[in-house]
Amino acid sequence: MTALSELQRLRASRGGSARKRDNKAAFLFLLPWFAGLLLITAGPIVMSFGLGFTDYNLIEAPQFNGLDNFERMLTDERLHHALGVTFTYVLVSVPLQLACALGLALLLDRGLRGMSFYRSAFYLPSLLGSSVAIAVLWRQIFGAEGMVNQVLDLIGVQGRGWISDPDTALSTLVVLNVWTFGAPMVIFLAGLRQIPVMYYEAASVDGAPRWMQFRKITLPLLSPIIFFNLVLQIIHAFQSFTQAFVVSGGSGGPSDSTLFYTLYLYQRGFNNFDMGYASALAWLLLVIIGAFTAVNFWAAKHWVFYDD
Amino acid sequence: MTNLDASPIRRSTRPAADRRDRRTAVRTAAKHLGLILLALIMLYPVLWMAVSSLRPNDEIFRSPGLVLDGLQAENYPLGWEALASPFGHYMINSAIVVVGAIIGNLVSCSMAAYAFARLDFTGKRWWFAIMLGTIMLPIHVIIVPQYIMFSQIGWVNTFLPLIVPKMLATDAFFVFLMVQFIRGLPRELDEAARIDGAGHPRIFLRVILPLMVPALATTTIFTFIWTWNDFFSQLIYLTDPDMYTVPVALRSFVDSTVATSWGSMFAMSVVSLIPIFLAFLIGQRFLIKGIATTGIK
Repeated sequence: MTALSELQRLRASRGGSARKRDNKAAFLFLLPWFAGLLLITAGPIVMSFGLGFTDYNLIEAPQFNGLDNFERMLTDERLHHALGVTFTYVLVSVPLQLACALGLALLLDRGLRGMSFYRSAFYLPSLLGSSVAIAVLWRQIFGAEGMVNQVLDLIGVQGRGWISDPDTALSTLVVLNVWTFGAPMVIFLAGLRQIPVMYYEAASVDGAPRWMQFRKITLPLLSPIIFFNLVLQIIHAFQSFTQAFVVSGGSGGPSDSTLFYTLYLYQRGFNNFDMGYASALAWLLLVIIGAFTAVNFWAAKHWVFYDD
Repeated sequence: MTNLDASPIRRSTRPAADRRDRRTAVRTAAKHLGLILLALIMLYPVLWMAVSSLRPNDEIFRSPGLVLDGLQAENYPLGWEALASPFGHYMINSAIVVVGAIIGNLVSCSMAAYAFARLDFTGKRWWFAIMLGTIMLPIHVIIVPQYIMFSQIGWVNTFLPLIVPKMLATDAFFVFLMVQFIRGLPRELDEAARIDGAGHPRIFLRVILPLMVPALATTTIFTFIWTWNDFFSQLIYLTDPDMYTVPVALRSFVDSTVATSWGSMFAMSVVSLIPIFLAFLIGQRFLIKGIATTGIK
């Protein structure tokens, strides 16, 4: 069903067929894709690996500098800070977002009247969440005199400048990410629909309480979908950029508290035109995301349940 | 599960079930109330922005509610003219990029998908795995060398870096979506066309493409929304104010104005969200189905 299960299936299947192949036709149909792979995706990855070992400012030719960029990473305190901010953001916002998505999906499941209305209402923020307009809005509502503080004022709570305070600035971005739980929720809903009703009926007949049904039927059968959402949302969260950029005015402030990794990479590469170092940073990001995904796949063996 | 007991026959015959029904009804009502409240909270910020865009500036910082005292639309003309060019200019720029991206994705992804779904070729499994892998590749990893390449051929401050990659099927997500769709079409149709002497281009154009309209519609709507919202690559490639697209223009608006013109900023934010909202209304069915079957935001 998903790209992930497709990959797992591919790994499992072996051998080809001895039938007549359509190599020529396939090459023609895939020509744009091959060109894209070479020039736009795989090619640049290889190229950025090479550039990672150079000093390059776009004007003069790249200068090979060995491992300088990587040594610099070890002592680059802003980078360490950016990593901390990004990890915090990913590890806090993704579980919260998925918990909301799963909770709502369970509430909306099966024959609830008005279900498509609710689904749309909860899904809409996912489409808007990555836009600059919403980031502009966030800047206002979490500002010192913003909407959130006005509401808090009504109930007699003293607010603060959520975005201008380094202690809370990142939380406003976490809230924004949680707000977009609609997309994983729709995926959960589709997954819940795959679980045969008769399992629950049988459990009801046996007198199993609903939380038990949830633990013994829903959770295991939904675990591949949970896994899929987890992998995807983690990768997605690592790439967050727009919101931090707009909310902080491009600086990652206050006090670098919203300095996402991607934002730091952007600053090095496109404000300072420090292309060699930015390439090395890009590779580190690839390695980090790859490592997270690998750990996820490894851990999946222990908790993801496959029916077949 | 709870409304299993709610059949009308039981209700009229058994008083105990009647009581249970009432309890179920109360619980259902409470659930709906909770969900409506939650939906309202979720959509509140956006609704509030829309309402606030019709308020004078000082009132935006005083009214957390949704009730308008009076209609004041002047934020819109003010915001529209606030930047170097009228806001419509940036909308046209965005529209050009969006249309280019949609055409590119439709043509290139459907071709690649046909090959992966229907043709047998050397190393297919590997190519397919690579294709799936690129779905998860973050753009930040390739943006630096890509930028270097495009700047060397003089494409910075043109729309080409935003459109040409789409013509080369780099949005692998859509290739995958279409492969899934084509796999669901009966192969007998291809065979029949082949017996009639049709080659692959003809089968693709005459048999498969007309049948995959739903997948093409999903691709169109997602491409529209993602490209319209896309900020990162447009920020990087478009630095000349004349070439700004909506997100980049909006961002420069935020940076250039002091806190006094939130009204006009909100107004233009609302304008920038209207196309997304319309796409959502028109294409909801395809969007929901698209993420439900392929599982990507």
